[in-house]
Amino acid sequence: MKFLVCISKTPETTSKIAFSADNTQFDTSGIQYIMNPYDEWFALVRALELKEAHGGTVTAINVGPASNDTVIRKALAIGADDAVRINAEPESAMYVAKQIAEHAKDGGYDAIFLGKETIDYNGAEIGAMLAEYLDLPFVSFASHMDLDGGVATIKRDIEGGVEILEVNTPLVISAAKGLAEQRIPNMRGIMMAKRKPLNVVEPVGFDDPCHVVGYELPPAKAAVKMLDPEDMDELVRLLHEEAKVI
Amino acid sequence: MLKTSNGIQKSSREDRFQGHDYYNIDQLLSEEHLLARDAVRDWVKQEVSPVIEQYAEKAECPQHLFKGLSEIGAFGPSLPTKYGGGGMDEIAYGVIMQELERGDSGIRSMASVQGSLVMYPIYRFGSEEQRMKYLPKLGSGEFIGCFGLTEPDHGSNPAGMVTHYTEDGDDIILNGAKMWITNSPIADLAVVWAKGPDGIVRGIIVEKEMKGFSAPEIHGKWSLRASITGELVFEDVRVPKTNILPNVQGMKGPLSCLSKARYGIAWGAIGAAMDCYDSALRYSQERIQFGKPIGQFQLTQKKLAEMITEITKAQLLAWRLGTLANEGKATPAQISMAKRNNVNMALEIAREARQIHGGMGITNEYPIMRHMMNLETVLTYEGTHDIHLLITGMDVTGFNAFA
Repeated sequence: MKFLVCISKTPETTSKIAFSADNTQFDTSGIQYIMNPYDEWFALVRALELKEAHGGTVTAINVGPASNDTVIRKALAIGADDAVRINAEPESAMYVAKQIAEHAKDGGYDAIFLGKETIDYNGAEIGAMLAEYLDLPFVSFASHMDLDGGVATIKRDIEGGVEILEVNTPLVISAAKGLAEQRIPNMRGIMMAKRKPLNVVEPVGFDDPCHVVGYELPPAKAAVKMLDPEDMDELVRLLHEEAKVI
Repeated sequence: MLKTSNGIQKSSREDRFQGHDYYNIDQLLSEEHLLARDAVRDWVKQEVSPVIEQYAEKAECPQHLFKGLSEIGAFGPSLPTKYGGGGMDEIAYGVIMQELERGDSGIRSMASVQGSLVMYPIYRFGSEEQRMKYLPKLGSGEFIGCFGLTEPDHGSNPAGMVTHYTEDGDDIILNGAKMWITNSPIADLAVVWAKGPDGIVRGIIVEKEMKGFSAPEIHGKWSLRASITGELVFEDVRVPKTNILPNVQGMKGPLSCLSKARYGIAWGAIGAAMDCYDSALRYSQERIQFGKPIGQFQLTQKKLAEMITEITKAQLLAWRLGTLANEGKATPAQISMAKRNNVNMALEIAREARQIHGGMGITNEYPIMRHMMNLETVLTYEGTHDIHLLITGMDVTGFNAFA
């Protein structure tokens, strides 16, 4: 079986987020990058497990510049067989979905995996767009998936319970916690990754209808006001008049 | 909470460690080095940090970690893959040791001994039969090895060793004792250095079940408490001559192994230092005294600034040494300088970091005191702080001041 896993590069979780002076660009100075954990821990690893159970190949795909190669190489070190990088600086989810769809449409993939969202922009958009471009079914936030012939059995965590679906392959599936467990690459995998193919392809032309015009940081947290624990009247007054919550 | 073999539970306390790279030394590292470092860092956060304080407190060796260390590829990473190694370069080996020691010097010792002191001499000085018999099993963690050089009366002066053997047909008869041997009570085999009838030192592979061979544990250590240490006692142990390492004679055998291990310690110490600095830096931002974080006080800043300066210098020393080692040009004296400087640096940082943490610094809520106690051992094992100084002294003056 053939599996495609979409991987994204995101800032490391403790990064301090800042923007350019005119608030139109993310300030990348001093930022450490990692593979988006939902892509790495759940989407990629489940694809590898299914490959190990059913045979086949796992291809990792990323839309981004050459500086993303370290993250792609990590996917190869964890166990992907080969990788594709579409050489572009994407500005929107739609652009990314379009480029991946162009690669995937003739790829003969049985399942296309991606994380439920990236931990930076939290868009959770690419899966649905990709499925639409490819005219495939899409299941989001999957916490369990098995394959039997051409049918995938998928569990999704929903409010107060679990939804169980059967979906014909090929399909697009977004991975939530529980779908698999993190695999740490070992030294042998890291050395093998150097020899696995990482194919760089140029993007197809696409008139992106979506552009970022600006960013805003959340308002700074207000200072904490300390009160005398005995002075309930003052507490009530502040909650009523200043915080306006009662 | 996950239970491990002996009832020790994984702590839910999060390991918030972040690496520190003040001079952008990462840019001097390859993709492979960075992947190796991050993989071992992740492994340590997942497997070591949640249990290490409890193992150290109980003075027990987390033996289950041998399997994990082998799976991640921490045993002999720079040996060829054919023999169970990882086929990596010396800088990759260095960053792996750095990350393991960031977790605990005892965990790094487990890997150093297996890779540099057991697999390396068998690879470098062993016959092809010996390599194929032992190395893949050592690399996979199926066999645990130890290294016997130091004796009760011969520490800094290993050439004075009294452990010796006589010949008897196709066998040798080994007698003597070794001391301070990491992993010895649980080892399947020991690479033992002993004098032959001609008085020349040779390496011998002694297997656990050989009659007359025992490895009692040394108790009561206040340092490297999560690492198991013992003796090796040989009472008329009959060993086949085919277990002698054929391709080395004299002290250059064990000393070349020590160079390899000391090289790893030069990197490892940076890990322990970074862990102390990282914890102290965070604590200085969170701990409020006199109405402000203690990081705002000049004396705290002095400590932190000195720490990151020393860490950065040590990182540059290790990186340059690694580059020389990759070219096969790192001299034993250069390795001595890096081992001595970096371990002392780490110990000083542990002590300063302890002060920044105040009373909390002496508890197992923070890794500081454990690192500090571990580093007291690292300061004198694999060549003491003083002896390494004399190696540098001899190298620059040409005069031997050892004896």
